[in-house]
Amino acid sequence: MVPLNYYLALSAILFSMGALGILIRRNSLIIFMSVELMLNAANLSFVIFARQWAANSASVFNGQIFVFFVMTVAAAEVAVGLALIVVIFRSHQSIDIDQLNNLKG
Amino acid sequence: MTGELILFLILALTAIASAAGMLLSRHAVYAALYLVLNFATVAVFYLILGSPFIALAQVSVYGGAIMVLFLFVIMLLGAEQIPAEIKWKNILPAVILGLALVGQTLYLVFQKIAFSNLPLENSVAEANPTHLAKSLFSTYLLPFEITSILLLVAMVGAIVLTKQEKKGGRG
Repeated sequence: MVPLNYYLALSAILFSMGALGILIRRNSLIIFMSVELMLNAANLSFVIFARQWAANSASVFNGQIFVFFVMTVAAAEVAVGLALIVVIFRSHQSIDIDQLNNLKG
Repeated sequence: MTGELILFLILALTAIASAAGMLLSRHAVYAALYLVLNFATVAVFYLILGSPFIALAQVSVYGGAIMVLFLFVIMLLGAEQIPAEIKWKNILPAVILGLALVGQTLYLVFQKIAFSNLPLENSVAEANPTHLAKSLFSTYLLPFEITSILLLVAMVGAIVLTKQEKKGGRG
């Protein structure tokens, strides 16, 4: 059996890569994809801990059900977020987040 | 090295390589396809960890619905024409911060957390979707229903946001 630490390390690496993507990319679609990557890494650690404490807890599926809810919220977030990106592209002809500085004084 | 460890290493390398491909690819379409590969790899991890329902939901919701939505928007906007816009000016502090985050979390995982082995008991048989559904529709019934309202609100919101206003109409 693969130790728990390896899975957690993989989850941490994927989360950090998502954060790095948010920092270095300017295309708002790819920034959005990086957010999805971070959510996915968090989901992975939820499933890992659900497996870890499955034996000695009354409710076995708490972690997995949490992952289910996170997926639903992610789907809702993607629908609204992509609609916002479409609207922004219509008004600015660009989705480069460096050009979205209208609120800057 | 056991077979499971070899499988884990191959899958982990695939996941990390596809995430790196997403970060560095020049076109948004390639980034989306790399992300699909990453989601599929994570779905296999869910299967290994004994949660088949979550694995299939991952494939159909993330790999199917969400990424198809991304690809539609990319093609709708013509964003596949946009060239690579990696901001080289702040890539050095970003990489330093990312490595610091990785280092801190790995230190936490390998040094500070006491447990180190997954239990072998409580096999996959007990974690089948029937038990999950029983739990979902009894203990977690209220959050489940709230989730459906959330999805409805998101759908209405997306339609209202992207609706083209007609000229001279009442909008």
